[in-house]
Amino acid sequence: MKLYPICINTFRETVRDRILYSLLAFALLMIGSTVYLATLTIAEHVKLVTDFGLAAISLFGVIVAIFVGIGLVFKELDKRTIYTVLSKPIPRYEFVLGKYLGLLLTLLVNLTIMATGFILVLKLFGDVLTPSLFWAIYFIYLELMVITALTIFFSSFTTPTLSAMFTLGLFVIGHLSLDLKLLGAKSESLMVRYLSKLIYYSLPNLENFNLKGVVVYQMSVSPEKILLVTGYGLLYVMVLLVLAMVIFQKRDFK
Amino acid sequence: MIPLAADNLGKVFATGIKGDKVTALKDLTLSVKEGDVYGLLGPNGAGKTTAIKIFMGLLYPSWGKAEVMGRPCWDVEVKQRVGFLPEGPYFYEYLSAQEFLHFYGQLFGLERAARTRRIKKLLTLVGLDEFRKLKLRRYSKGMLQRIGLAQALINDPELVVLDEPMAGLDPLGRKQLADIILGLKEKGKTIFFSSHILADVQRICNRIAIVNRGSLIFQGSVKDFLEEGSQGAQIVVEGPEKKLSGLIEGGGWEAKAAAEGITLRVKDQHVVDKLMATLPSQGFRVKSLMPIKDSLEELFVKAIDASESKLAGGKG
Repeated sequence: MKLYPICINTFRETVRDRILYSLLAFALLMIGSTVYLATLTIAEHVKLVTDFGLAAISLFGVIVAIFVGIGLVFKELDKRTIYTVLSKPIPRYEFVLGKYLGLLLTLLVNLTIMATGFILVLKLFGDVLTPSLFWAIYFIYLELMVITALTIFFSSFTTPTLSAMFTLGLFVIGHLSLDLKLLGAKSESLMVRYLSKLIYYSLPNLENFNLKGVVVYQMSVSPEKILLVTGYGLLYVMVLLVLAMVIFQKRDFK
Repeated sequence: MIPLAADNLGKVFATGIKGDKVTALKDLTLSVKEGDVYGLLGPNGAGKTTAIKIFMGLLYPSWGKAEVMGRPCWDVEVKQRVGFLPEGPYFYEYLSAQEFLHFYGQLFGLERAARTRRIKKLLTLVGLDEFRKLKLRRYSKGMLQRIGLAQALINDPELVVLDEPMAGLDPLGRKQLADIILGLKEKGKTIFFSSHILADVQRICNRIAIVNRGSLIFQGSVKDFLEEGSQGAQIVVEGPEKKLSGLIEGGGWEAKAAAEGITLRVKDQHVVDKLMATLPSQGFRVKSLMPIKDSLEELFVKAIDASESKLAGGKG
């Protein structure tokens, strides 16, 4: 299987990149700083630490996914390393998939380190770890899978700056799309109502992956929700990757 | 089987926002024979790299046909038997030479043991064995070119395609590369490469193609090309200068007096033969006879100039 070398090489590329370490160090610092933040509140410190910690994990995960992800495909083109790889007996779709999986592996390691730091901080406060906390981290990873697929999709046909802008834009809109739909539904104009519906259904609704509220208020997550969100994420990833593969297959490498 | 063939191959690129068309290849037709060391020559922008990228499946042709080992150029399976070094050595700089070659070996599906053996052999061949653990970002340009050649040979390919392999190498590096190429030829491999350095081409190629503005202007053996441009001979004689003009009917030479004698530049071989028969009997002493041959470089420039003026004439 040719996927394996591409995947491992991509992983190796990212873990040998200093940017990853600086981002990771910063994320851990931010998670650690919640210890001091918590002293500012009287009773709600666990909620604050949980909320803040999960947000930090999600944010830094997304930053790594976007910036390392876009750099990966761009560097292959810019440094012309893609010429030697694609002149070997490897189909282009396997190259795309291998890059994607390599990046997911990096994100998994990255997320594990951040989550470990987060759990240590929670333990420091004597908090009980609930299953929903782990589901929240799993959902963050699902979101990162979708974001990474977006970066691969955009960088299959456009420049890194545009890819970064598009992906960031979709990340923001993706977290607001439900609000957009609700806001649009209140409009008197039929066109605005349809437009807001169209945006809602065509763009990813990334709020689906947000379990912060559930964890903070110590509610449990239903198995249906887990299955549904997993399916939603995987379907999005599949569509984006297939599109990226089709574009990559047709493209000329000048 | 024909390792590499192009038939009326063309490629048009759309550039800019307006989508202006630039023709990089017009109608390239060439065919490489098994065991050839085949040089693809042409000025900058002639379409050499475009042609090579089409053969390697990196670009799709706009029209015409390109075949590798008798298969369409975009066939992925055929790459199993081909090695390729692109122009300008850019590689994964975060890898060591050893990791780098293992990666490419894996892309060919080579088992670890076979890979390790092959890599050791190749690193010795390109003279980088002692630097095998050094990261590629610390490599010099010449070393990168050599490790690049090693990755092109990792699968022991039947056909090796090299785009400007001599560029950026010092004379010693060029000689090493030429020796490696000749070694591959001895093993029965076919080598196809583009180059600007014509002295090397003359030394190692048996066949060449010259392209200009996306079209072929010559294809054949280096020997034929050099003979086609044969310029007759230069004869140096001593004797009565005045008698020269009426020596042979029709003339056919230029005479020039010099310190060592009279120099006759003759273009036609028949005139040379006639002169050599007549000169002694007319009181001339022949001091030397030398064939005049242009170097590949001079002939190449002439061929390109001729093609340019033909194109200009065609337009006018």
